[in-house]
Amino acid sequence: MAEKLSMKQVLFEPVFSNNPIILQVLGICSALAVTNSMRTALAMSVGLTLVTAFGNYFVSLIRNVIPNSIRIIVQMVVVSTLVIIVDQWLQAFAPAISKQMSVFVGLIITNCIVMGRLEAFAMKNPPVISFIDGLGNGLGYSALLMTVAFVRELFGSGSLFGFTLMSTTNIGGWYVPNGMLLLPPSAFFLIGLIIWAMRTWKPEQQEHTEFKIAPHSKAPVSHGSAGHSPVAGAQPKATH
Amino acid sequence: MEHYLSLFVKAVFIENMALAFFLGMCTFLAISKKIQTAISLGIAVVFVQALTVPVNNLLWQYLLKEGALSWTGLGGSNELDLSFLSLLCYICTIAALVQVVEMACDKYFPALYNALGIYLPLITVNCAVLGGALFMQERDYDFPESVVYGFGSGLSWAIAIVLLAAVRERLKYSDVPGPLQGLGITFIAAGLMALGFMSFSGVQL
Repeated sequence: MAEKLSMKQVLFEPVFSNNPIILQVLGICSALAVTNSMRTALAMSVGLTLVTAFGNYFVSLIRNVIPNSIRIIVQMVVVSTLVIIVDQWLQAFAPAISKQMSVFVGLIITNCIVMGRLEAFAMKNPPVISFIDGLGNGLGYSALLMTVAFVRELFGSGSLFGFTLMSTTNIGGWYVPNGMLLLPPSAFFLIGLIIWAMRTWKPEQQEHTEFKIAPHSKAPVSHGSAGHSPVAGAQPKATH
Repeated sequence: MEHYLSLFVKAVFIENMALAFFLGMCTFLAISKKIQTAISLGIAVVFVQALTVPVNNLLWQYLLKEGALSWTGLGGSNELDLSFLSLLCYICTIAALVQVVEMACDKYFPALYNALGIYLPLITVNCAVLGGALFMQERDYDFPESVVYGFGSGLSWAIAIVLLAAVRERLKYSDVPGPLQGLGITFIAAGLMALGFMSFSGVQL
């Protein structure tokens, strides 16, 4: 890597300006599924942050001895070992949360943030900075997860972390809870709206249209940067 | 027979992998720009899912479950509980099977291999595949059930991604506000689809 990245930059870049969920479209599955209460969201965030950070650290330690052809399997083994530790720990000390999250703890393994960071950062950089990078991306993920969970729990069941803040009508209070926010599709809308807000705030993150339909014209006018390769196509160019 | 049929319908519609459980979202959102690629990827996922869930089921039944090793007849094997290793085993099985499928495709069905292209290896990190194995374990399906469930859940994901791709192809021509362009509007479209699929949840089987 040509330029030397400062620790602080590596840590805070992914939280706002290069958020893994909003910009890189990574790790969305769990972001949607566990956000109906803040408690599960917190457990998931902590779990994922730890796994990403330590996964980055360990893979970066052995990056020079991994044969290139089997690196995915090696990374998978490292990550799944870490996930097993998190899973066993949750089952032992927080069985209720573990039950609530069911398979989603195990699914940290296939969370693209973990694999994405291993491939993109840990394989090329020394251990300590990789650890920080993992931490930063974990925090970026956590920030979004907690925001969504905050809205969903507060307006869906009138509570935060299980403490009732707005007493709902079914227990004799005044607040009529918005039941839709407890249903999974609401997470889609919320993340969609957050992306909208983020990109209004930082216009350089906007995706260009592939073509614009100009009034009274026959041919498409301009080709944007949204790529033709289907994998990279979904990621906006953040660097201009 | 009825039992398997209702399990199948449940796996495809009521417990739709993508729209009810949000599994495989990354690929779901990233590779749904064109219907053609969505169909190829969908077929690949059905294929891999229908293969890996039963194989993982066998692993779970005869290797990992508490007391599962009793068929070996070794001393102490009745109490042996390897279920903490299940994650590691499943993901390795999936990675290995995807590799095998890829090589077999390359050799015997080159047309299919070219159509699937890079999507085949990507399936390893598709959470829907690992999620299918974990749901199979959590619900304790037996072998025939796991075959039906594997196929059904793969199909549910494939249907969802093809539908979303169809919506997105239309969205391309609509005038979406700049900041909402691309990912934002896709999220909202997927949310509306998920809301539609919620209506299946009232179906009793």
